[in-house]
Amino acid sequence: CGTYRAFLLFVCCLLSQTPGSNGEVPPKPAGSVTILPPIKPIDGPQAYPEAEKASLPVFTMDYPRIQIPFEVTLWVLLASFAKIGFHVYHKITVWVPESCLLISIGLIVGAIMHSVHEEPPAVLTSNVFFLYMLPPIVLDSGYFMPTRPFFENIGTVLWFAVVGTLWNSIGIGMSLFAICQIEAFGVQDINLQENLLFATIISAVDPVAVLNVFEDVSVNEQLYIVVFGECLFNDAVTVVLYNMFTFVADMPVVEPVDVFLGVARFFVVGIGGMAFGILFGFVSAFTTRFTSKVREIEPLFIFMYSYLAYLVAELFAISSIMAIVTCSLTMKYYVEENVSQRSCTTIRHVVKMLGSISETLIFFFLGVVTITTEHEFNWGYILFTLLFAFVWRGLGVLVLTQIINPFRTIPFNLKDQFGLAYGGLRGAVSFALAFTLPDNIGRKQLFITATIAIILFTVFLQGISIRPLIEFINVRRTNRNLETINVEVHCRLMEHTVAGIEDLCGQWSHFYWKDKFLKFNTRILRKILIRDSRAESSIVALYKKLELQNAMEILDTVAGDISAAPSIVSLYDEKKNPKPKAYLAGDLRNMHDILSKNMYNIRQRTVAFTSKYSLPNDRHTKEILIRRHASIRRSLRPGSFQNSNVSKSQKYYSLPAGQSLESRFSPRRLTQTGKDCNPTRSSSSRAMMPLKRLDTLKEAVSVDMLNENKEDSGSRAGTTRSNSSSRDSRLPAPRRQLSPPREEDNGFSDNLINVHHEAEEEDHPSPSPPPAWAAEPRDNANRNPLLRRPQWNPKKT
Amino acid sequence: MGALQSIPGHPEYSDLSDKTGFSFEQISVLHKRFKQLSHNEDTLHRDDLSAIPDLSCNPIRAQIIEAFFDQRNFSPSEEGTVEEIRFEEFLVVMSHFRPPRHSMSEEQRESVRKDKLRFLFNMHDTDNDGTITLQEYRHVVEELLSRSGALGKETAKSIADAAMLEVASISVGHMEPDEFYEGITFEHFLKLLSGFDIEHKMSIRFLNVDTTLCK
Repeated sequence: CGTYRAFLLFVCCLLSQTPGSNGEVPPKPAGSVTILPPIKPIDGPQAYPEAEKASLPVFTMDYPRIQIPFEVTLWVLLASFAKIGFHVYHKITVWVPESCLLISIGLIVGAIMHSVHEEPPAVLTSNVFFLYMLPPIVLDSGYFMPTRPFFENIGTVLWFAVVGTLWNSIGIGMSLFAICQIEAFGVQDINLQENLLFATIISAVDPVAVLNVFEDVSVNEQLYIVVFGECLFNDAVTVVLYNMFTFVADMPVVEPVDVFLGVARFFVVGIGGMAFGILFGFVSAFTTRFTSKVREIEPLFIFMYSYLAYLVAELFAISSIMAIVTCSLTMKYYVEENVSQRSCTTIRHVVKMLGSISETLIFFFLGVVTITTEHEFNWGYILFTLLFAFVWRGLGVLVLTQIINPFRTIPFNLKDQFGLAYGGLRGAVSFALAFTLPDNIGRKQLFITATIAIILFTVFLQGISIRPLIEFINVRRTNRNLETINVEVHCRLMEHTVAGIEDLCGQWSHFYWKDKFLKFNTRILRKILIRDSRAESSIVALYKKLELQNAMEILDTVAGDISAAPSIVSLYDEKKNPKPKAYLAGDLRNMHDILSKNMYNIRQRTVAFTSKYSLPNDRHTKEILIRRHASIRRSLRPGSFQNSNVSKSQKYYSLPAGQSLESRFSPRRLTQTGKDCNPTRSSSSRAMMPLKRLDTLKEAVSVDMLNENKEDSGSRAGTTRSNSSSRDSRLPAPRRQLSPPREEDNGFSDNLINVHHEAEEEDHPSPSPPPAWAAEPRDNANRNPLLRRPQWNPKKT
Repeated sequence: MGALQSIPGHPEYSDLSDKTGFSFEQISVLHKRFKQLSHNEDTLHRDDLSAIPDLSCNPIRAQIIEAFFDQRNFSPSEEGTVEEIRFEEFLVVMSHFRPPRHSMSEEQRESVRKDKLRFLFNMHDTDNDGTITLQEYRHVVEELLSRSGALGKETAKSIADAAMLEVASISVGHMEPDEFYEGITFEHFLKLLSGFDIEHKMSIRFLNVDTTLCK
């Protein structure tokens, strides 16, 4: 570890101000460096028999003690720096997927290490990978899976994942075995089982890069979800097959009974995994029902339960991946209603972070290992592997699509199939599986080399070229233009119509099971698992949030001087306005929320697109809140807000079931150009603020949250501008915030009615030309009627 | 095609098939359903449709039922409503929900789109005047939100207003403070939903194939 020593010395020199005296005699392994001889304690045993009177060591160093954690940390840091580095120059990430970049960095570091004759830290053992590195990745995928499209397509997903993987493995395995028979390549000693094992390893598709491209290009939702789902589930299938084949590879002869047992085992493994996952998911949801007093450790439950599901599944050697995915899927819906807003955010951030780290590390390792291991290059085998992998995947997709298309409402056309086939990159799981092959496989090195070759090939070549190709062949895109309320309304209208007609025809539809399940859910499950399963609270929270928002706008624009506010606000007279008024961007979002949450209550919209590397978009209202909390605290009169909004059974309305509509939208600039009337699509409004407003406001500002909010969506351009501009565009609110505090809430319906009454009896400032001091949206010139006079105006004139 | 032999009135089916584009199997399945709904009579009334239990949870049940009796859905030139419909009209209304075939050309697809959008438009435009006014829109939104119960009429109204405003800004562009936007015409409606993938979303698979899991 020479390089690390160098680092260390440098760092230690900087730190050498403190008198670092060790109290005890450090054990003296060969490697530690001490500048001064360690002091011997007066009573302690003497390290050196010939104890001269040594002086107090001012500076000592003990590297081996911290070696492992230190190196792990350095690796993680290095990989994270790499990630930062990529985003500095945005263009790179557009064309080159992140996994490529990570591998490249890994290659460079590996080259450095190789030249210094260092060994990579031997931490990538089977246990480390499967117990520590894989769970976060899978949890990440499972947690952010868009549930509704997923369940609608679950048949297709499972079909491709299970049957597709089987097809690939067996096909590739057989072909390679056939190749092995040819003497010229010199690989005759690989028997069929080993070939199959190898084929299983390399058929684990990991379309991480592909998902990013798909999302950027906005391919149609069907394709996206099938690729996503396939990736997730074929990990499970691959691991199962892998274990099976490893076992079988030892056996000299395979009998039909074994095959049969294998199939049976497959089902046990798959279904058992799911059962465990669901069980743990429910237990976890149930637990969070009672955690209202211990908010700080709420996220812990999520992680512990998921991990527990994983480990217990590993215990029984059933599919742990399925377990953890099902666990997180089940859990997410209920947990996000039970936990506080902050916990929810924490959970999501941590899940993303852990997943990100794991993935980064693995790719990084891949790069390093590529250089530093000894490879066994058998070009024939490797090239044929590449060829067969490609061919079989293409064939597989083709055949499978033909079979399943009749069952689909929206069949896959050829372009979709191309996207599916070409998007079959190999990644982390393949690498790990290869690397952790048992040593009794004769040609382990060859397999590792071939796997690495495939991964590099697919990731680099296919990863980089998939984007231009997808754009070129113009895969059917999805239209993400749903931000207008009209489209929302009509979409819902249409869905209801379709459902109605289906009922009329007596046809089964994919709504049937969903409806049944959801009825069951509402009646039974929610009552058990959710602490406060009343739905109205969301509306209340929404109103309150809006009011606070408006209040903040006042403060914002008056530069925090609330004393001026009333007088200015009173400039706004209520005027009746016959025609529909324009609305705050925020209000529009709220409307979206209301619409999407309440229309036909049981249908829930979920986010269709989830970026693999960044969190789903967060409400930027909260950001505003945090920014302004100081001024609010300062300026709010003690009584005005505090009591009025503290309701008895306060529901921290975190992300509602089914996730927010807004998450799918990238925050966009508010109509700078006035061209489109679409409100800022940044996420929003679902009452994300804790209702105990002032308490939380007293907590420290997490400016980091602000920054990271921006950073999260940093890859989408213009976020910060959107945030600020949307803030700017809101005009000061009606003065009802400053009105006498509302009565204590005694029940939700009361509160709701109160709010309504408040709204009704208050007068609304009219949309007069904004006062000079209001921060104007930049698109002053094109005053869009929609955004011109933003007021939240529940009472219609 | 063994089903053909057992279905009476099969020569009619070829007419219907040409007119609506359904296949014979689909027509026979729907005919069975029609008979079931109308209690083996030849015509269907509103009450028959209202009696369907599954439909009762649908918030826009009234509009859907009304759509079946709306003559504009039978053919583009007619107007007004009828009290009872025969199987032919039933089929015609159903045909609005057929998924577009792969083999369609661009114009055909476009006309399918228009067709479906027209259906939706008619659902809104209850007074047959060719525009969706604010009142009508409000009515629709109220119905849509009626299930939740927690929302008052004001919210629905404001949402409807916001929506109208959006339409106004999309179609009409910049508006003076005093201008009043009367209603959404069909052209505006088309423009509004131009990006919306309605051909695929507003389709039902009409055979008895279980498409529960595959979409």
